[in-house]
Amino acid sequence: MIEVRNLKKTLGANLVLDGVTFQIATGESVAIIGRSGCGKSVLLKHIIGLMQPDSGAVLIDGEDISRMTERQLLRVRRKFGMVFQGAALFDSLTVEDNVAFALRREKKLTEAEIDKKVAAALDVVELPGTEKKKPAELSGGMRKRVGLARAIIYEPQIILYDEPTTGLDPVVSDSIDQLMMRVRDQLHVTTVVVTHDMRTARRVGQRIMMLHEKRIYASGTPEEIFSSPDPVVHRFVNGIADPVDTSFLT
Amino acid sequence: MDGRAKNPLEDWLMGLGRIALLTREAFTSLFTFKLAWKDFMYQLYFIGVKSQAVVLITGAFTGMVLTTQTYFQFHKVKMDTASLAVTGVSMCDELGAVLAGLMVAGRVGAAIAAEIGTMRVTEQIDALRTLATHPVDYLVVPRLLAMLVAMPILTVECIALGIGAGYFVGVYLLNIDPIFLWYNMVKYTKDVDMVIGTSKAVVFGGIVAIVGCYKGMNCGEGAEGVGRATTEAVVYSSITILISNFFLTLLLSWLLGIL
Repeated sequence: MIEVRNLKKTLGANLVLDGVTFQIATGESVAIIGRSGCGKSVLLKHIIGLMQPDSGAVLIDGEDISRMTERQLLRVRRKFGMVFQGAALFDSLTVEDNVAFALRREKKLTEAEIDKKVAAALDVVELPGTEKKKPAELSGGMRKRVGLARAIIYEPQIILYDEPTTGLDPVVSDSIDQLMMRVRDQLHVTTVVVTHDMRTARRVGQRIMMLHEKRIYASGTPEEIFSSPDPVVHRFVNGIADPVDTSFLT
Repeated sequence: MDGRAKNPLEDWLMGLGRIALLTREAFTSLFTFKLAWKDFMYQLYFIGVKSQAVVLITGAFTGMVLTTQTYFQFHKVKMDTASLAVTGVSMCDELGAVLAGLMVAGRVGAAIAAEIGTMRVTEQIDALRTLATHPVDYLVVPRLLAMLVAMPILTVECIALGIGAGYFVGVYLLNIDPIFLWYNMVKYTKDVDMVIGTSKAVVFGGIVAIVGCYKGMNCGEGAEGVGRATTEAVVYSSITILISNFFLTLLLSWLLGIL
């Protein structure tokens, strides 16, 4: 279970998160939505311990990770897989080496077993036969799929997605959505998706939380959020911008 | 707060503190965790083998010019055959390690900072951490160890070629007696001079690796951040080599009983 308690974070002079509190149950799938720059990715990085809060706590299965050292966090992070916005593939390594990275570092499996697992993971993300390619030879959508294969190969309990469909065309976005749902349903993992793509949030999230004004502003099922009468939520999920003063143009 | 300091002095002191912590973490990891031999061998190849040309050319021409300049002065007092002895002692004690250090700082320090800096801005270092891999184990330790091994070897090569090239110039260009030229060099260049040179090389190797890794891992955002980190890695490691060389000379001379 993921539990975030009264999380506060300042970056430079900006207060980004101010008392964020929520819980995500084991096996639950949650989409975190909010406007660009509202702190969604910062929140995600706190959940996996890539950032430390100024105050508050992040509990993973009851263990507070917010004050752990980097070496202590390595043990906790074995529970996680993370797919980055830009895929963050190691560009000096081939696709195969990227996907096999965690398994090779653990040194628990033989090369033959690792090869088998890599092939299976690439099959899941529908990229068989790309083992020997370098990340630079792949398209944006393919890179994200490789990132997903790298995240699921060691069968984590929790998968975090940071803007998985940003910058992709609608067809590729749809295939990434389907992959996330398949991974969620087949592996029964806890899923946290940070996105401002409403279609992704609706399809992947069993629950949607909206981050607004540095806090969790709204939380509910996709139906509750998308039919919310609250003007802030309504405007966001329907993509309605604030009226812009254009009087200076005349 | 994100740990950013409020004024330049505080920022500088915090930077020193972070370098000290990185150094401690790297050496702890070096002696505690299993080394990735494949990464180490690649770094040894990149640092040791690929730096041969630049270090050897620097050593050769420095030895040649040093012998020539010494000859010009010593010839006035009929001490021509002592020219190569000056080259030998200078190359072993100071120039071999310093020149190899500066050349490697320019070539390898910049490459380390640029590579790790690019990994930082493209979130590859965060990806490493999410894959339960400590960035110091994977990125810093192989480079540090490769540098500690490669630098003394490069320095010895630099010294040997410098003396050899100086001998060549002395005998074939300046017409100095070859037997006495070589005899005086061997007579005045002691084993302890080689010990000083190679000891300095180990320290300089550590400086280049740590400064390069630190600058890369703490670089600013975007291409500008990587560019600045690369420049700073070269400048700071070069200055640190030159400053520490003076104190190392005093320390090693005292330790080896020369002072």
